[in-house]
Amino acid sequence: MAEIQFDDVTKRYADGFEAVKHLNLQVPDGDLMILVGPSGCGKSTALRMVAGLEDISEGQLKIGGQVVNERAPKDRDIAMVFQNYALYPHMTVRDNMGFALKLAKVPDAEINQKVNEAAKILDLEQHLERKPANLSGGQRQRVAMGRAIVRSPSVFLMDEPLSNLDAKLRVQMRTEISRIQQRMNTTTIYVTHDQTEAMTLGDRIAVMRAGILQQVGPPSELYGHPNNLFVAGFIGSPSMNFLPGEIEGDSVKLPIGNVRIPDELRRRLEGGPGGARGGVIAGLRPEHFEDAGLVADRASRGVTFTARIDVLESMGSEFYAYFMVESEQVSSRELEELAADTGGTDLQSTRGGTQMTARLAAESRVRQGQDLELWFDANHLQLFDPDSGRSLLAQAGAGTSTPTPTAGGLQGPS
Amino acid sequence: MSAVEGTGGAIRPAARGGDRSGAWNEHTKRLTGWSGALFVISVCSLIPVLWIVFLSLKTPASATDGSFIPHHWTLSNYSAIFSLGTFTAALRNSIGIGLISTALAVLLASSAAYAIARLDFPGKRAILAVSLAVAMFPQISLVGPLYNLWRQVGLYDTWPGLIIPYMTFALPLSIYTLSAFFRDIPWELEQAAQVDGATPFQAFTKVIVPLAAPGIVTTFIIVFIICWNDFVFAISLTSTSAAQTVPAAISSFSGVSQFTVPYGDIAAAAVVVTVPVMILVLIFQRRIVAGLTAGAVKG
Ligand SMILES: Nc1ncnc2c1ncn2[C@@H]1O[C@H](COP(=O)(O)OP(=O)(O)OP(=O)(O)O)[C@@H](O)[C@H]1O
Ligand SMILES: [Mg+2]
Repeated sequence: MAEIQFDDVTKRYADGFEAVKHLNLQVPDGDLMILVGPSGCGKSTALRMVAGLEDISEGQLKIGGQVVNERAPKDRDIAMVFQNYALYPHMTVRDNMGFALKLAKVPDAEINQKVNEAAKILDLEQHLERKPANLSGGQRQRVAMGRAIVRSPSVFLMDEPLSNLDAKLRVQMRTEISRIQQRMNTTTIYVTHDQTEAMTLGDRIAVMRAGILQQVGPPSELYGHPNNLFVAGFIGSPSMNFLPGEIEGDSVKLPIGNVRIPDELRRRLEGGPGGARGGVIAGLRPEHFEDAGLVADRASRGVTFTARIDVLESMGSEFYAYFMVESEQVSSRELEELAADTGGTDLQSTRGGTQMTARLAAESRVRQGQDLELWFDANHLQLFDPDSGRSLLAQAGAGTSTPTPTAGGLQGPS
Repeated sequence: MSAVEGTGGAIRPAARGGDRSGAWNEHTKRLTGWSGALFVISVCSLIPVLWIVFLSLKTPASATDGSFIPHHWTLSNYSAIFSLGTFTAALRNSIGIGLISTALAVLLASSAAYAIARLDFPGKRAILAVSLAVAMFPQISLVGPLYNLWRQVGLYDTWPGLIIPYMTFALPLSIYTLSAFFRDIPWELEQAAQVDGATPFQAFTKVIVPLAAPGIVTTFIIVFIICWNDFVFAISLTSTSAAQTVPAAISSFSGVSQFTVPYGDIAAAAVVVTVPVMILVLIFQRRIVAGLTAGAVKG
C-alpha cells in the first residue's frame, strides 16, 4: 500500500525561489500518475521531494498514509530514474543494476538472476559487463531504468526516462514500462514531455505550470474538458487553435463565422462560472475540423467556412493543413507562456491573422495553395474567459453526456 | 558495431567513430607532430638521467674521465652508500617525513576542497586565491626565521621540524588540485545511491570515494614528490641523521680526503632517490589519466 499524497506542499529553494507552490495531489496505490508541464515548472522538484532528496518547505508529504517529510531517502522504499541517468561510472552495468540489492544484502545468486531478468527485458544482455562511459545515451537510459526495476520498490519515480531513446525504442520501452508497472502494480509518478507518453501511459495526468498544479484527471478528461487555456494548449498534438469570439444570443461570433451553440454546450455554459455572454476565447482542436466535402449533415452540427491552405503536410493516414484566419490577436499570458515553451509558432498570431491547424482525413482532396471548404464540429468547441483564462464550460457529468474523444484524441467527426 | 553505425540512417554516431577516412590525414599529421615533440622532450630529459646512472656505475678512479658510457662497470658505489649509516638513515627520514607530511596535507586539503566544491560560503574564492598566493611565497625567505624559531622551541633537527613546513607549503597546492578534482565529481550520484538504499556514509564510501580516489592519489603523489625533492628546508633545518633527508645527506657526503668529491657515491644516491619516484609516476599515470568519471551524466 503506497498511496502518495501531497498536502499543500511548497518547495522554496535557498535563494527564495518557489519551485512548487501549494501542491495538492493524490496518487492512489498502484496508479501511474503522469506529471507534465513546461521546462522549469517544478516537475523534477516535486519528484525529488517524494524521493527525499529535497526538503519540503511547507506542507506534508505522505506515502502509504505516513508523513515522510523527515524520512531519509533510503527508508522510503523508492526507486528513481534520474533525468540525467546518474549511473555509477566506476561500476559495470551489472553492478549498477545490482547495487541497490547488494546494499539490501540480497544473496548474490538472487541479485544475478534479477539483473539478468531486467537486462533481458531492457535488451541490455550483451552490455552487462561494460562501464556506463562506453554506452550510448539510449543504453545508459535503459540501465537507469534497469536499476529501478530490479528492485520491487513500493514507489517508482521516473524523470523523463525515455527522453533519449529513438522513436522505435521509445514505443517499445513505453509498452514495457506500462507492462512492468501493471504487473508489479507499483505506484508510479512519471515525468514526461512527450504527448503520446502522457496520453497513453498514465491513469491520470497532472499538468503543472510555474510550480502550480493546473489540472489533474484522466487523459480523456484533460483532453475533453481542459480547465483553462494553458491545459487546453498543452494537452493535444498538434495543439488547440485559439480564436477570439463573442457570445451573442445562442451563437458565438467567430472569425470563421457564426457558430450556433449546440444545446449540450449551452447547458454546460450556463452551468459554468462565467455565464453565457460577452467576449470569449474559443478553442478549436485541429482534429475537429474536416474537409466539408466529406461531411454529410454539416449544417446541423457545425460551421462551414472557406480557407486558403498555405501548407499541407501529409501524414499518410491524415493531412495536417495550415491556414490563416483573419482576426485580431488573442492575447493571454498563459498562451504566451505556452508558446514560449513549445516554441510553437502555430499559436503566434502574425500580421493580423491567426495561424490555424486542421487535421483532415486522408480521403480529402485538399491541395496546397488552394481554397478549401472546411467544417468545424461545434460540439467540441471550447470556450474560455479571456481575462482569467478559465474554462467557461462546466464539467460534463450532471445528467448530460458529452461525446468524449478517446484518449489519443484521434477521433474524427463520425 | 561501429561499422554499421557509420552509414546514413544511424541514429547516433558512436562518439569515437566520427568520419574516419576524412579525419585520417589530419590525425596522422597531429600524431607525427606530437611524436616529434615527445621525442625531443624525452631525449632532453633522459640524457641527464642516463648520465647520472652511468656515472654511478663507474669506478671512483674513472668517474671524471669524461666518457658517457663507463669503461669499467661496478656496483661498488651502491654498496658503499648502503653501508654508510648516514644514507640509510636519511632514506628512512625521507620516506617517513615525506609520507607523514603528505598524508596530513592531503587529509586537511581534502576537507577544505570538499567544502569548496560542495558548499556555498562567503570568501570561497578568497580562500583559493590566498592559497595560491601562499604557494607562490618564496620558501627561502622563511628559512632564516624558521631556523631561529626551531632552535628556540627545540624542533631543530627533528621530524616535526620538517613535517610542519612541508605540510604547510603542500597544503595550498593540494587544496587547489583537489578542489578541481572534486568539482568534477558528479555529486548527484550520492543521491542516486541514497535512493538505492545507501546510508549517507555508504553513499560516500561506495560511490564518492572510488570517484575521488584518482584525484586523491594524484595529489598525494605530487605532494610526496615535492616533499621528497625538497632541499632548502632539509639543509637548513637539520644537521644529523636524526632528521636529515636524502637530498641534504647527499650534500654532506665526503670523499676520501677533503679535496676529492665522491662523484660516484653522489650519483648512486641520486639514482636511488630518483628511480622510485619515476616508477611511482609511471605506475599511476594511467590511473591518473583515466577519465574515470566520463559518461556518468547526460551530455
Ligand atoms: N537548487 C536550486 N536552487 C534554486 N532554484 C532551483 C534549484 N533547482 C531548481 N531550481 C528552479 O526550480 C524550478 C523548477 O526546476 P525543476 O528542475 O523542478 O524543473 P522541471 O519541471 O523538472 O524542468 P525540466 O522539464 O526542464 O526538467 C526551475 O525554475 C529551476 O530554475
Ligand atoms: Mg526536470
